[in-house]
Amino acid sequence: MYPDNLKYTKDHEWILVQNGAGTIGITDFAQKELGDVVFVELPEIGRALSQGEEFGTIESVKAVSELYSPVGGMVTAVNEALRDHPEQVNKDPYDSGWIIKLSVSDAGQLSGLMDAAAYREHVGTGGH
Amino acid sequence: MVQPGILKKTPLHDRHVALGARLVDFAGWEMPVQYRGVIEEHLAVRMAAGLFDVSHMGEILVHGPGALGAVQHLASNDASRLADGQAQYSALLTPEGTPVDDIYVYRLAPERFLLVVNASNDDKDYAWVRDHIKGEARADHESERWAQMALQGPKAETILSLLTSASLGSLPRNGFVNSAIAGRDAMIARTGYTGEDGFEIYCPPASAGLIWDALLEKGAAHGIEPAGLGARDTLRLEACLALYGNDIDESTTLLEAGLGFIVKLDKPGGFIGSGALARQKAEGLSRRLIGFEMVERGIARHGYPVESDGVKVGQVTSGTYGPFVRRNIGMTYLPSAQAGEGSGFHVIIRGKPVAARVTRMPFYKRPRQSS
Repeated sequence: MYPDNLKYTKDHEWILVQNGAGTIGITDFAQKELGDVVFVELPEIGRALSQGEEFGTIESVKAVSELYSPVGGMVTAVNEALRDHPEQVNKDPYDSGWIIKLSVSDAGQLSGLMDAAAYREHVGTGGH
Repeated sequence: MVQPGILKKTPLHDRHVALGARLVDFAGWEMPVQYRGVIEEHLAVRMAAGLFDVSHMGEILVHGPGALGAVQHLASNDASRLADGQAQYSALLTPEGTPVDDIYVYRLAPERFLLVVNASNDDKDYAWVRDHIKGEARADHESERWAQMALQGPKAETILSLLTSASLGSLPRNGFVNSAIAGRDAMIARTGYTGEDGFEIYCPPASAGLIWDALLEKGAAHGIEPAGLGARDTLRLEACLALYGNDIDESTTLLEAGLGFIVKLDKPGGFIGSGALARQKAEGLSRRLIGFEMVERGIARHGYPVESDGVKVGQVTSGTYGPFVRRNIGMTYLPSAQAGEGSGFHVIIRGKPVAARVTRMPFYKRPRQSS
């Protein structure tokens, strides 16, 4: 399922932007592909990210997956709960399973991302 | 001969598809890596029971006059200690004392031994046995005659006893019997690769589906779950059981791997590799396989570099998150001087050194059952 109020990347991150503040996580498709998440490597608060830059990793028992920032900005918060409860990403990928928040530096970059319909089509064809 | 690009299917393949399993290529077979999830399946095995399709494993029958002598020469453990209905962990060795494969040897009869081998080494092992067998005994490649499944966990005996008249309560670890399950002939062995009590069930391919279905049906009330190769790997690693290709291969001797207990150097006549191992035993080991846990945050995985005092000393042979012990664990070879319990080192994870320390093995040991 892919909420309509989010934007999506081809690498299966989602972003919600409200008043210049972005919240980022991975999609339901991604958490299913990964399997049980057992480890999340989070960036430092204050780190500057450019669009597409790797900001961390998310690991399941079998796989390691890089996380890429959908837009440029500065990290303002990380979901500390994921250190002890990484499985939240599987259970609630769009809400309590959020990964980082950042202050978006260029809202124009959002227009280059997929909306829910486009993302639905993207995963319908295998997601690659 | 299998065409390249076509994966082999076990007799239980359609069951895995019907259960919604994620299927992957393992040693040329299309196998289930998980059904509901690796962690759930792992915990089901530790707490109740899991059912694994392991039909991809290989079987080699060594039979005829001198079969015992042939097995004694080819394999490191002492098969003369086996009676009918007993099995032992063993290894086929190179002259250097390194494993061609780790195997299980089953004595079916005084001149009939079944060698059960890793799927990834099936053809290699058969060629090796055929080329090195001594005397009049013969080796038959039997892999296609056998389907195999593993029922593992504290409820395994309870569940299986609902479907067989075999006396499971008196079947010791490493013992096996010929019996029937759900009315179909099967060989039931009290063996396994999970660190739990359990059984490995050998049957003709045509019976596999019916036995699988019956076990899942009767086991449902006891919490049975089908379990895939993902959980099989995390379970065996928690129990510190070696995986060929990761922890042992043709470059590691059995002594370095901590498998001296299946090396019987006093066997009369010796065996392939016994000379090299006897020399190594006399000289001492320069490195040994150890178990470790991560001290700083991070998961160590196969192939990650290992550094001690800033010097690369090897790489992680196996590593993962252990779902029952809830720690990041692994195994690696360390120089003997650095292999003591508590000794610290670093695993390089994506370019950064992350602290780890040597621990006791195994990480998980099945609690003694009170009777």
